Amino acid sequence: MSLRRPAKNQPETFEFNSSSMEEANKIVLKYPEGKQQSAVMALLYIAQKQNDNWIPLAAMKYIAKFLDMPYIKVYEVATFYTMYNLSPVGKYFVQVCTTTPCMIRGANKLVEACKEKISDKENELSNDKSCSWMEVECLGACVNAPMMQINDNYYEDLDKEKATEIFDKILNGQNPKPGSYRGRLNAEPENNRKTLMDVKNA
Amino acid sequence: MPKLKVNDIEVEVEEGLTVLQACEKAGAEIPRFCYHEKLSIAGNCRMCLVEMEKSPKPIASCAMPAADGMNIKTNTPFVEKARKGVMEFLLANHPLDCPVCDQGGECDLQDQSMFYGVDKSRFKENKRAVPEKHMGPLIKTQMTRCIHCTRCVRFATEVAGVSELGAIGRGEDMQITTYLEQSMQSELSANVIDLCPVGALTSKPYVFEARPWELKKTETVDVMDAVGSNVRVDTYDWEVKRVLPIINEDINEEWISDKTRYACDGLLNQRLDTPFIKYNGKFEKASWSEVFKIIKSKFENSSNDKVCGFVGDLTNMETGYIFKEFFDRTLNNKNYDSRSDNRFLDISERENYIFNSSINGIEDADLIFLIGANPRYEATMLNARIRKAFVNNNTKVISLNDVGDLTYSYKNLDGQTQTIKTIFEGSEEISKEIISASKPMIIIGESLLKLHSAEHLFNIIKNFLKKNNKFTEDWNPLNILSCDAATVGNFDLGILNSELNLLEELKSNKFEIVYLIGQDNLEFNKKDEFVIYQGSHGDKGAEIADIILPGSAYTEQDGYFTNLEGKIQKAYKASYPPGEAKEDWQIINELAEVMNNRKLFNDKEELESSMFNYLKLQQEKRVTINKEKTTLEFQNEKLNIQLKEYYFSNVIARSSKTMIECNNSKLNIKSTGTEG
Repeated sequence: MSLRRPAKNQPETFEFNSSSMEEANKIVLKYPEGKQQSAVMALLYIAQKQNDNWIPLAAMKYIAKFLDMPYIKVYEVATFYTMYNLSPVGKYFVQVCTTTPCMIRGANKLVEACKEKISDKENELSNDKSCSWMEVECLGACVNAPMMQINDNYYEDLDKEKATEIFDKILNGQNPKPGSYRGRLNAEPENNRKTLMDVKNA
Repeated sequence: MPKLKVNDIEVEVEEGLTVLQACEKAGAEIPRFCYHEKLSIAGNCRMCLVEMEKSPKPIASCAMPAADGMNIKTNTPFVEKARKGVMEFLLANHPLDCPVCDQGGECDLQDQSMFYGVDKSRFKENKRAVPEKHMGPLIKTQMTRCIHCTRCVRFATEVAGVSELGAIGRGEDMQITTYLEQSMQSELSANVIDLCPVGALTSKPYVFEARPWELKKTETVDVMDAVGSNVRVDTYDWEVKRVLPIINEDINEEWISDKTRYACDGLLNQRLDTPFIKYNGKFEKASWSEVFKIIKSKFENSSNDKVCGFVGDLTNMETGYIFKEFFDRTLNNKNYDSRSDNRFLDISERENYIFNSSINGIEDADLIFLIGANPRYEATMLNARIRKAFVNNNTKVISLNDVGDLTYSYKNLDGQTQTIKTIFEGSEEISKEIISASKPMIIIGESLLKLHSAEHLFNIIKNFLKKNNKFTEDWNPLNILSCDAATVGNFDLGILNSELNLLEELKSNKFEIVYLIGQDNLEFNKKDEFVIYQGSHGDKGAEIADIILPGSAYTEQDGYFTNLEGKIQKAYKASYPPGEAKEDWQIINELAEVMNNRKLFNDKEELESSMFNYLKLQQEKRVTINKEKTTLEFQNEKLNIQLKEYYFSNVIARSSKTMIECNNSKLNIKSTGTEG
């Protein structure tokens, strides 16, 4: 939970860039006049995306002003939800699911890979400051366990070697292909089974 | 109206009330931490669980609206078990430090754990520790004790109007904090101490001073401003330990301002405890008989019309009345006044100097126009009421001046008196708004009454309102915002001189003897005058005095005060005067006896009944004269709002260390430049 407290080193200022601004204005327009505050969560997420996956205090102040609401209210929301990161997490933010189904299918091996490739501890930046990892609760892809999320993409059906491979690519600045790493399409059954009737020894 | 059963008792409650309120109506007490009548409903402490028929789980009664046909049970084993479970969770992280906690003895958690607590804990884990927060000189924090009821957060945002407190984090990591690490920018901040059901927020000046059961509690009224908040004064022997609010829905509801609460340590400092005489520029202690003898010879050696008297801003009505009687009967002159400035005043009608719409009326008003007033600092509790009206009814507020943050938004005009004139001659947009409003309130501050053209402006405002039929049987739109506790009472008693301008005469040194009763605000160059100062504190008045008569403060004598609405309230004696000091009325009575061998009044009762007779007569004597004089001189002026320094507005506050700290803490904030 160490990300729930703001980082010590904070940037002085924050402002939406033009694409974020466009997106933010679009979201604010969804709410009736005077109820713009409802857009706070979406705006925090936009800020997080713009700022390498974490939200500095300056961004909260900026959003408070943007939506004309007290700063403390934005701060409350940002500290409450675990998917807002309040300290730097690296441009590539790896979240390894370690909840039961993934754990049974070997999530701990993925954690080992993270420790070897990225950093010894959770939430610590890698040597080149581009990447960090953390354990998270269920990401809702249990059928493809074990899995991890890097920024917006899911990497599924992994084992230690495959995870290491993905990390190598990332650290070299490449974009590995998201999805299943055992050749499945989404969550389709393996071995070309099409119905439950095909299941043997079920 | 929904009808429901609580413990088999039928109750009928108003639409929109909660189950908890219905239970209270049926006489069943529900334990609670987060629920508070005056705040919004949070429903997060879960202590108020009750059993409802057809509900498999207990329900949180504070958040459940009462509905027709409900069958509520509050005393079943099911309910008790549920509450015990909640209590166990609350206590899981609550430290066992009651013996060193200032809340001990008046702690909701302590009391309720006597009923619902379990004698030992099943939690073997470490208790959590939360870092303390810095909340200024008034509030001491011990956040490990916090049970997250969020009453303080809701109070700050809803009532005080400062969104500075918040609950950050979640679950076990939740903390109540101000992001500023500064004192709250509110004059109501210390009310969170009363609201806190545990010892997380306690009073800093009162820290480790006394236990609640050791204190003598006296219900009385406050004199820090003219609102007359109802307070309870807690004393330990002579010392006033603390001041707490008591509920008066018509005046202060449940809150008091920080000044009311914390100026009480000023009652311990700078006190005059024995009579003094000035010899060669130095004060020397004397006895009562000595000083009375000197005063008598002084009075005898000067002619009566060379004597004048001034009554101060914290003087109770009995003292004012006997002072007036002393001048009327013993000295045979009328050279007394209660004003320390040249303000316009027309006492021919009482409505000309009181807050006619009443404080409760603020909530009915649909337009509030502030002229030369800054209610936030002049009458803090009244400002809280305006905020309440603004939040609940969206009442429109206009101010002639830009007076800074009033905790609600308002439209401000240019601050010129010409603007007042044009508005109340009926040609402005705002004039139409006033005319179309059914219950407008015009709040006139003392700063307006001190202007050159005050009389002219006052009359055009009044005439405009009269002409447009704004004075009805149940509504009077004219409101004067007095700043001091004694102002209205003194005017009711007629302690003012309308023939002579006593202040000008005093400034041109026409008097030989000046008798001051708690009056410290006079500005004049003393020449040969013999100044008698009677009061409680050694302040500006005592400095220029030749003889000091030690009197009592408001907590040390019974006395009536009329608040700005014209409501008469009694302040009760909670403590006694220090040293040889006496009650103020007694001093004058004895002085009269020394001079004439006859007391003015035999006892306090006679004084009181005589005073009330006088007030009654005054009331009957007043005739409404319908005079329409607006031809008086007018000149355009900039209306500057003259505020006394909020934390130093009277002798008690000036002697208070806590008030100095408060003032400094606000200054520090200004100097950091982050306040904007």
